[in-house]
Amino acid sequence: MNVFTLSWRYLWARPLATVLNLLLLALGLATVALVLIARDQLDRAFERDLAGIDLVVGAKGSPMQLILAGVFHLDVPPGNVPLADVQQLQQHPQVARLITLSLGDNLAGFRIVGTTADYPAHYGATLAQGALWHAPMEAVLGAQVAVRTGLQMGQVFEGAHGLGAGGAIHAQAAYTVTGVLAPCGCVLDRLVMTATESVWQVHDDMHATDDMDDEDRAALTADREVTLALISYNTPLAAVSLPRFINDSTAMQAAAPAVEITRLLSMLGIGTRVLQGLGAVLLSVAALSVFIALWSAVRERQGDLAMLRMLGASPLKVGALLLCEALWLAVLACVLGLLAAHGLAALLGGVLTAEQSLAIPGWQWVHTEVWVPVMALGVALLAAGLPALSAYRLDVMQLLNSR
Amino acid sequence: MHHPGATGVIQAQGVAFAYAGVQVLRFHDVAVEQGGTLLLRGPSGSGKSTWLALAAGLLTPASGGLRVAGQDMVKMSRSARDAWRAHTVGFLPQKLHLSEALTVADNLALAFFAAGVPVDRAAIAQGLATLGVDDLATRKPAQLSAGQAQRVALARALLLRPRVVLADEPTASLDDTACATALQRLQRSAQACGATLVVATHDARVLQALPQAQVLAFGANACKAIA
Repeated sequence: MNVFTLSWRYLWARPLATVLNLLLLALGLATVALVLIARDQLDRAFERDLAGIDLVVGAKGSPMQLILAGVFHLDVPPGNVPLADVQQLQQHPQVARLITLSLGDNLAGFRIVGTTADYPAHYGATLAQGALWHAPMEAVLGAQVAVRTGLQMGQVFEGAHGLGAGGAIHAQAAYTVTGVLAPCGCVLDRLVMTATESVWQVHDDMHATDDMDDEDRAALTADREVTLALISYNTPLAAVSLPRFINDSTAMQAAAPAVEITRLLSMLGIGTRVLQGLGAVLLSVAALSVFIALWSAVRERQGDLAMLRMLGASPLKVGALLLCEALWLAVLACVLGLLAAHGLAALLGGVLTAEQSLAIPGWQWVHTEVWVPVMALGVALLAAGLPALSAYRLDVMQLLNSR
Repeated sequence: MHHPGATGVIQAQGVAFAYAGVQVLRFHDVAVEQGGTLLLRGPSGSGKSTWLALAAGLLTPASGGLRVAGQDMVKMSRSARDAWRAHTVGFLPQKLHLSEALTVADNLALAFFAAGVPVDRAAIAQGLATLGVDDLATRKPAQLSAGQAQRVALARALLLRPRVVLADEPTASLDDTACATALQRLQRSAQACGATLVVATHDARVLQALPQAQVLAFGANACKAIA
């Protein structure tokens, strides 16, 4: 029997009060931990998907919409831009790399992206099966798309119009699966990639009419558009001049992901702070509850504690018993709180995955979580300080005088 | 009663107690031999509990000399007295203070915990068996009768084979038969350990049951209440 085992026995001598305090403390810690995990995972997801993209160029409109549509594939793009304008931009000396994306169709809600081989290469994606597309109407599936649709190499599928599930099927233009990407934990997992020409071909076919002549078809070709372009700078100086140049001198819009994501996170930050505040309130209530429980425990057990002193236990040992009870609560609440927070984060991640949104792996440890045990310990020490001191200063004469 | 200056396991000479710097009690001198029995007799509030606390090293005499089991209680530090008490003094309080959170056996284990030594389960079993309550080891104190609870508390007091056993009003609220049984058991157990027994009581029956005991009288004529 030592101070840990004895305090454990005393803790569970009042099971109802202990369970209630444990739940209260765990709830507070879980709220705080969930905010920390979600915030960290969101940061990581954004960082992963940005992957060195310095600028997104697309149609005029909301810059955040352009970023959310072009980088994270979470929103609809503001429109299309002429291919000629984008090609001209590619010649700009401050542009190191430009990747065009053409959107418009989906497969079971997963976006079909017309692009070049540079796009998967930019994320360092590797093929789990097959090869990249070599011709129009060949497609490569992201890992999540392959799992969810069950499509295999060599199978064909038809895209549906629009970026969400439920659009009109392009029955006349079927894609053939030539490859499946290995999971990368990035945006590519939930995309179907094909040549830009595939997207043009599907929509040319859709808009083509029987009475179109060659001149009409040539005009259609000349008016080619893409949805947006992802740009990496040649030089950091480009961050100052290139966006301004595009916004002032062209019909296109340039949006810097770093700026927009900071803005987005600061908007999310309000919600984060509200949740953190709620966690702090819960923790304060838990601290108060633990304090009351320990304080009444000292009152109830005054005889037991005085008897321990009479048996030869030092005041420090008697005080430590109370502290250890609070520490047990902190340790148990910390474990429960972290499990609950990760469980909820996993649930949230599952919902987001089902909605083809950001990937949030709930069971991944985030470094900021180290604050959770620190907070639990702080609350325990705060709550147990006074009761432990009271036990430390116990007047043993009361025991001798108690009748 | 032994005379002042005699040698013994307990030697008190000119002991006075002060509260908040003011001397409030001065006790008669006494010396008790190893294995002897001392009765502290007097009405409630006459200073018997304070004397027990001084002998147990829980309080420090304001003046005078007090030696218990060879240790000078005036010179010893508080922490040294805690460690000393664990191995030297067994205590049987009037209110037994058996922890309801623990079984009977674990209540006895508290003695080892307090002394900072590993729990000796065999010694606990033997201690309970000696007092005829070994079948109660796994019970909670609430499931014990008053007599059983007192035997368990006595087993706890004797577990580390103390040299001095202090009993505070051990016969309070007992009928005559139970009183005699309890005192016999207490004295027999202390003797079996070779311990000196000190009983604080205001019960006249104790004096009759322990006729060989030294008596230290408390009250107006025996213990000078200064304040």
